[in-house]
Amino acid sequence: MLGRAPQDTPAGIGTYLFLSVTALFAAFPLYWMFVIATSTDEATSQLPPVVIPGDRFLANLEEVFSLQDVYFAASLVNSVIVATAVTASVLFFCSLAGFAFAKLRFRGSRALMLFVILTLTVPNQLGIVALYIVMGRLGWNGTLLAVIVPGMVTAFGVFYMRQFIVNTVPDELVEAARVDGASTMRIWWTVALPAVRPALVVLGLLTFVATWNDFQWPLITLNGTDYPTSMVAISDLASGNYVIYRRVLAGAFVATVPLLIMLVIGGRQIVRGIMEGAVKS
Amino acid sequence: MPTTRAAGEPALRRRGAAPDRSMTWRDRLHRFDVRYVPYLLIAPFFLLFLVFGLFPMVFNAVVALRHWRLDQPDLTGWAGTENFRRLFTDGDFGNALYNTFGIFLLSTIPQLLLALVVASMLNRRLRGQTWWRVSALLPYITPITASTLVFNVFFARDLGMANWALGLVGIGTENPIDWRADKLHSWIAIATMVNWKWVGYHALLFLAAMQSIPRDVYEASALDGAGPWRQLWRITVPMIRPVLIFSVVLSTIGGLQLFTEPMLFDLNAQAATGGSGGEWQTVAQLIYRVGWKDLNLGYAAAMSWALFLIILVVAALNTALTNRMSGGRR
Repeated sequence: MLGRAPQDTPAGIGTYLFLSVTALFAAFPLYWMFVIATSTDEATSQLPPVVIPGDRFLANLEEVFSLQDVYFAASLVNSVIVATAVTASVLFFCSLAGFAFAKLRFRGSRALMLFVILTLTVPNQLGIVALYIVMGRLGWNGTLLAVIVPGMVTAFGVFYMRQFIVNTVPDELVEAARVDGASTMRIWWTVALPAVRPALVVLGLLTFVATWNDFQWPLITLNGTDYPTSMVAISDLASGNYVIYRRVLAGAFVATVPLLIMLVIGGRQIVRGIMEGAVKS
Repeated sequence: MPTTRAAGEPALRRRGAAPDRSMTWRDRLHRFDVRYVPYLLIAPFFLLFLVFGLFPMVFNAVVALRHWRLDQPDLTGWAGTENFRRLFTDGDFGNALYNTFGIFLLSTIPQLLLALVVASMLNRRLRGQTWWRVSALLPYITPITASTLVFNVFFARDLGMANWALGLVGIGTENPIDWRADKLHSWIAIATMVNWKWVGYHALLFLAAMQSIPRDVYEASALDGAGPWRQLWRITVPMIRPVLIFSVVLSTIGGLQLFTEPMLFDLNAQAATGGSGGEWQTVAQLIYRVGWKDLNLGYAAAMSWALFLIILVVAALNTALTNRMSGGRR
């Protein structure tokens, strides 16, 4: 775990200085989003720039939430619905499929897993026009179904769960459960799932963040509807001849808060999840 | 194999011994469970991919070969290669391609180099390790829509912080830079947003790989008199090559499909023009414009297929290049 190369031994002041500056750069836009969200119009266009939050956060929020043409509160609710539904479904289906690929024997499992991995490299943009037409035929354009259903199970999730289950669920345990007469589903529920709880947390967090932040497809399929997701609503707020940034960014900040909370609570796991995913891919 | 056999044998025995009805029913259930349930478990992925991934991909090619306009539903029929031929003479497409590659180069290269440096810093013995790593993910979790709008304020011409900071070091004090007026400046602004978002993420990927490098390799090279810089290029980079290539492919696919940043950098976001003269309009943005503003889905589909082919070629080239540069030779 520790940096062990000889040049690392006493991490010098230079390292901390460098890392502090990068961390500052990483955090600054977020911080500044909050500053503008709490300020007046004058304060946001002032040089040298204001770097201390003002006291107008609630007033700016009230303005965003009472807008007549963008229903921001409803869009936030939609985002919660979409991200929660997708996350729950990804965890369910990906842990099932991951379990099957890791611990069950069936004809063609290797080839099918290879196929899953290959789909990871397909840029999703490729079929976006046709996807829109398909959704039109299904009558789903403009509804949340169009945003939820295509994301309900992901290749990354299947791959990630499989990897984790291979490494953490012992074959003996699965066999023992079989001999005791447990069905496949029961083994999944009582043997596999409890062992992979950390992986479920990581996959859940990553899926939630990705779904919450998705912009392009929701913009296409929900465009022109009154109740899009919050990311589309933010872009609505920023469209027009004159953009009132303290208002837009107050809204944007509210839409960022749930993710910030997740990072604070699950930061260590997310980091580990990303790093583990990297080594194995 | 053991899982199926351990369970299969008692079932066989039972079937031979007792032709009891309830038993056979249980046997059948069991057989079904062992043989077919695995397919049921993996079916959702394949079903969903078929309907919302593979089919649209193939169908996209059909749409690209047809007339398909949202505003003229009666104009159907084959267009042949018309949509594709139009690409070659379409100035907008050429411009978008040029912008995409410009922004791509300005983002990917600094991004991965910086990530390498950050990762090697994070790989040192540090206090508050977790804290540094988590802070690297702050940009990753921030919605691009939100951060792009912050950067918009940042890159304002007259009262923006970027120009103010540049003015402190004596750049542009007479004529403040108009970040939306020309290609180079708008590309730099957008590339800054992309880099901000992804440096930390890639740094963590690199860090993961760096941690599996044995320390004696460094010790040996230190004895040979190699400094930190030399060690980074001669040891670290070659040894994390697989992750490096993964990152390059990832950022190639992502960079060539850049959409949100150029969309919202526009002061009138949903016009999707990418600047008054298309200064920073990317291909993904043009596809959106052609498809959902001009309502010509057939042509948009042709563009997205062309983009896909371009991504394939560039990703392959970059993989080869990275492979070579990171020690495919001495």
